[in-house]
Amino acid sequence: MQEDQPIVLKIENIHKRYGETEVLKGVSFTVKRGETKVIIGPSGSGKSTLLRCINQLTIPDQGRVWLEDEEVTHIKKDINLFRQKIGMVFQDFNLFDHLTALRNVEIGLIKVKGMNKKQARERAYNELLRVGLKDQANLYPAQLSGGQKQRVSIARALAMDPSVILFDEPTSALDPELIGEVLEVIKNLALSGMTMVVVTHEMGFARSVANEIIFIENGMILDQGSPYDLFINPKHERTKKFLYKITELYGKSKDE
Amino acid sequence: MEESWLAIYEALPYLLKGSAVTIGLVAGALALGLILGIPMAINQVYGNKYIKIIISFYVWFFRGIPVLVLLFLFYFGLFVLLGLDLSAFKAGILVLGLRSAAYQSQIFRGSIQSLGEGQMLASLSLGMSKIQAIWNIILPQAIRISLPGWSNEYSIILKDSAVTYAIGLMEIMTRGKFIATRTFKPMPIYLICALIFLILTYGGVKLLSELEKKVRIPGFGNKGEGN
Repeated sequence: MQEDQPIVLKIENIHKRYGETEVLKGVSFTVKRGETKVIIGPSGSGKSTLLRCINQLTIPDQGRVWLEDEEVTHIKKDINLFRQKIGMVFQDFNLFDHLTALRNVEIGLIKVKGMNKKQARERAYNELLRVGLKDQANLYPAQLSGGQKQRVSIARALAMDPSVILFDEPTSALDPELIGEVLEVIKNLALSGMTMVVVTHEMGFARSVANEIIFIENGMILDQGSPYDLFINPKHERTKKFLYKITELYGKSKDE
Repeated sequence: MEESWLAIYEALPYLLKGSAVTIGLVAGALALGLILGIPMAINQVYGNKYIKIIISFYVWFFRGIPVLVLLFLFYFGLFVLLGLDLSAFKAGILVLGLRSAAYQSQIFRGSIQSLGEGQMLASLSLGMSKIQAIWNIILPQAIRISLPGWSNEYSIILKDSAVTYAIGLMEIMTRGKFIATRTFKPMPIYLICALIFLILTYGGVKLLSELEKKVRIPGFGNKGEGN
């Protein structure tokens, strides 16, 4: 289905080094409209850094990023305009603690998009409805469960009408019994045609929603392909081992 | 005994006038410290390394010198040198305020840093500029966290304000000393001075703790009780 869709995001040869350690050693991939790309790999393999290099929260040492034919890494372009269109969901939610769920979702609309307050409120409310949190609209982050917090942060990203949303291990900070409700929301987004890049260790989720899985190790793409290719028919012995290990770990007992 | 009461009775209006001066001085110094302290704190966290060095130097200077020395240094030294003809009141606000800025900047800096970088990252990823993020997200939280420390700063400045006696500002202490020498009743007069300071400290701290309660973020501080 995504075959003839236009390319939304193109990452080319991203390098990033922190001192002696080269975290990313030339990573390239493209994401088409409506595609869900899942990035997997061991801790410290550079997955989070890669996501941050896309919206320039981390500035890559080398390499280029395009969003819908415009170069994000172009020095003369206003990065804030690109960031509006690149949603981001963090592992530890990063909700604004002094604002209610509703205000968390509407603040970007008001301050960044310049929407009037009434419209912003309506839009924010609808996004909370979409993630199943209309009753929690007026609660503060400290009054929400982890799963609810993450759903608010997804609503916050959605409200900006992004071209693509980046998920940085969205369920890794959650209690096992709360992971399901968040994955459900992300899964529904995938089905509704949202373009997404998801870093995760949830292999069940990866298998069921990914159009393509990218396996990163030591800052490089080691293997990539459809869930079938990777789970049933991996090119590398290393991919097989990793998938086996992580499926066993996360599949059997979820409470690490 | 009766004479003491009489002395107090006669001195009280005079001392209360001094309290108004003290309150003005403290309010001015705190406001100046706030206006300078917040941008200093922001730049100490988010600024470039040159501005960080300058601020560190400023803080080191104003925190390292006794307030009386600062007062003399500025009032009899720098201001004269610069040809500034400042009243004792203005000079007091300036010196106490500049000094308070050093302390306040550290209160706010600590609060900003306690927020964690996630708040800034989330703001930027929504498309906010750094300034928008600081104004809309960082400061509203940092100022809340700073309130207890700021209330402490108020009580310190209030008491430090008595040193302006040394440059002849007609605040509580100067007036107290004046009456004490004239009436030969130092004990009751200074007790009244002390009492006024106690009341002002209590009132101010109480007011600030009410403010703290009012702006408290629901659910904060009672983790695990959320639904």
